[in-house]
Amino acid sequence: MVRILVSVVAGFLFGLGLVVSGMTQPARVLGFLDPLGVWDPTLLFVLGGAVGVTVVAFRFVLRRPAPLFAERFHLPEATRIDLPLVAGAVLFGAGWGISGYCPGPGVALLASPTWETWVFLPAMLAGIALHRGVAAWRQAATRQKSPISATAPV
Amino acid sequence: MLIASFDPLSALGGGILIGTSAVLLLWLTGRIAGISNLLGGIVGGTAGDVPWRLLFLAGLVAGVAVFQGATGLVPETRVAFPPWLLAAGGLLVGVGTSLGNGCTSGHGVCGLGRLSLRSFVAVLVFLGTGILTAIVVRHGFGVA
Repeated sequence: MVRILVSVVAGFLFGLGLVVSGMTQPARVLGFLDPLGVWDPTLLFVLGGAVGVTVVAFRFVLRRPAPLFAERFHLPEATRIDLPLVAGAVLFGAGWGISGYCPGPGVALLASPTWETWVFLPAMLAGIALHRGVAAWRQAATRQKSPISATAPV
Repeated sequence: MLIASFDPLSALGGGILIGTSAVLLLWLTGRIAGISNLLGGIVGGTAGDVPWRLLFLAGLVAGVAVFQGATGLVPETRVAFPPWLLAAGGLLVGVGTSLGNGCTSGHGVCGLGRLSLRSFVAVLVFLGTGILTAIVVRHGFGVA
């Protein structure tokens, strides 16, 4: 119950931050990503403000043995810089540079829907579903191909 | 270089709100406020894990809607932007963030906040390709 409440409030603050900062406007985002046009530094300040908060506060938060209202922290476990990370970032960057939207502002499109909402959002969700589907299928195929090696003791 | 007129206080203030949201979510519920993974957990999620994600996103939309309603400010829709290109962009964002396990909030706001090297690399790469792509699309192909 508390987790539900916290999620709504945190989400609300996040959305407010997105719209106040101008990150819901693709023109501003693309104005930053395109230095050859009239350059818009807004995104730098937004990221600066956000990371400024997290880099300080996360140190304190992550020193705790556990979150306040949950059993454990759910942090990414991967540490290596691998191909999926880089390839994923390349593809994401391309999509971002084309559209001017990343996932957050994409979802924010639902607040005042326009044609862009009904084109970008479904496409993004389809992309997520596509990758997850392929990844799951490949995992299953690998397991099927070498069942012995998958279960053999090391 | 021409610099656009912008409002550094709104930018900074909005960023601080986003950062605060991420801190609250991590401190109170132990979750990273990464929108792409939040969505991914809904698209392919286990039953008990979905509600909080949906509610976070509902809160997000509400936050935007309340501000837009109060100020009357809504983003301009682009009229000359090809829909197929926007769809392609969306697809790339979806596949890319899922493959790379994060986006501007996940790797950028939270990953950098955690001093994660993986996130640092991801941010450099997607910023770099973002810039290159924007230049090509806007100046190479004249799409605005």
